[in-house]
Amino acid sequence: MTAMPPADTPRCTALFDLHERQGARIVPFAGWAMPVQYRGIVDEHNAVRQRAGVFDVSHMGRLFVVGTEAGMALRRALTFNVTRLPEGQGHYTLMCNDDGGIVDDPYVYRLDAERFLVVGNAVNAGRVRDNIAAAISRPSVTNEPVTSVELLDRQEQTVMLAVQGPAAAGYMSRIIGPEVAALEHRACTELPYLQYKLFVSRTGYTGEDGFELVTSPEAGRALWRQLLAEGVEPCGLGARDTLRLEAALALWGNDIDETTNPYEAGLGWVVSLDDDADFTGRDALGRIKERGVDRKLVCLRAEPRAGVLRSGNELYRNDDRVGTITSGGFSPTLQTSIAMAYLPRDLARYGAELHADVRGRRVPVTVVRRPFVSHKSTVVNT
Amino acid sequence: MTTPNDRRYSKEHEWLLLTGDTARIGITDYAQDQLGDIVYVDLPEAGAQLTQFEKMGEIESVKAVSELYAPASGEVIRTNDALVEKPELVNSDPYGDGWLVEIRIADTSQLDALLTAEDYDAFTASEQTDEAIRP
Repeated sequence: MTAMPPADTPRCTALFDLHERQGARIVPFAGWAMPVQYRGIVDEHNAVRQRAGVFDVSHMGRLFVVGTEAGMALRRALTFNVTRLPEGQGHYTLMCNDDGGIVDDPYVYRLDAERFLVVGNAVNAGRVRDNIAAAISRPSVTNEPVTSVELLDRQEQTVMLAVQGPAAAGYMSRIIGPEVAALEHRACTELPYLQYKLFVSRTGYTGEDGFELVTSPEAGRALWRQLLAEGVEPCGLGARDTLRLEAALALWGNDIDETTNPYEAGLGWVVSLDDDADFTGRDALGRIKERGVDRKLVCLRAEPRAGVLRSGNELYRNDDRVGTITSGGFSPTLQTSIAMAYLPRDLARYGAELHADVRGRRVPVTVVRRPFVSHKSTVVNT
Repeated sequence: MTTPNDRRYSKEHEWLLLTGDTARIGITDYAQDQLGDIVYVDLPEAGAQLTQFEKMGEIESVKAVSELYAPASGEVIRTNDALVEKPELVNSDPYGDGWLVEIRIADTSQLDALLTAEDYDAFTASEQTDEAIRP
């Protein structure tokens, strides 16, 4: 067992002291001091699959893009055509570089005609902000220069919570109001909570029903306390990772990054090429789509009790090295190890049998359908 | 959990309980707590020769993989087969049913290089302070 290396003064969320009081184990993550677990990763994971859990995700980047041409400006920075998003709707998007490599995978919400909220990964917050600022000020061949768009970085002034699990809607409607439970999947709205404005969306990163919330630190702290008092399980980054892996949701920095493109990652559905928008990466993405990809991101399931697949483990077909695991871990729901990896097209088919080299041990793995776990397959126990 | 004073401890957080020339080996309560939910244990097979303070296997939690080090040299007599189906025994009963291997100890004077329960508690207390991450 090795001690963690000392981190250079990580940032703390506005709920940090509440996490400590709850007995959280704190780890450095993307420049932040974040709770990795409270009671234990498996307990927290199961709470979200069976009941409800709450995560402090205030380390995520939060940008408001505001103005009559806000949608048009954002369109230039993102692969997905957010100008077509109806008001009160969110959508998964990608930000790519000129080569079509993935710079970040922000979620974008349209609050109303002129206001968008962009939620990106903590580690990329600066880059996402800079790219959107550049898109706002960039004149283009096909579009007029964008005027009167404001970019407001609200990471410091707000907190973000995720309330996830089959019982999340019940808790949220009791605490916030019945409007919350009426939200459709991916819908968002703003509601009052203790005289503060509370942004709520029916989204998440766990594969369960649930909500994400952005509000003032005061309201966020009160809400956290209230959720815990009602019996919602506090959950850390450890469970967040096992839950998203079971849901086969990509993690930037592991499964997607600037060396991977949306098509090989199975994210072609987030790339809109049917408008004339001049967004970063458009030409490259058009070429990649036309040419097709050589490899695909797939889901792998290990033989039970054979070991735990981890990112970096090499994959073999007979004696040929065919890929590397990008995300791996133990699935508390399936009670075996699961992983994701890029495989050559001919092996990227359900039922293909390979083995992983887990520090010298051969662990048999099979290509399976995504996701590993869907919320319909888990026991609902409200 | 109280650290039992019937056995010795290594700075790698293994314990060793000697009965005659048979030594039962496991990991400490502190170690299982640091690791979190244990899901797989890779142990040496019966007949394997262990060398004191050298790697003897691996233990995997949901969070991470850690190496296991032999607290003393000797031949592996048997491993705890119950851990194949129930690796979580290491979490729930680290000093009892969650034991890892039994060895025939080569040289009992090697125990002098291990810590008493009291010294081990002092050692983990200092390690915990080092590990704590303060903003």
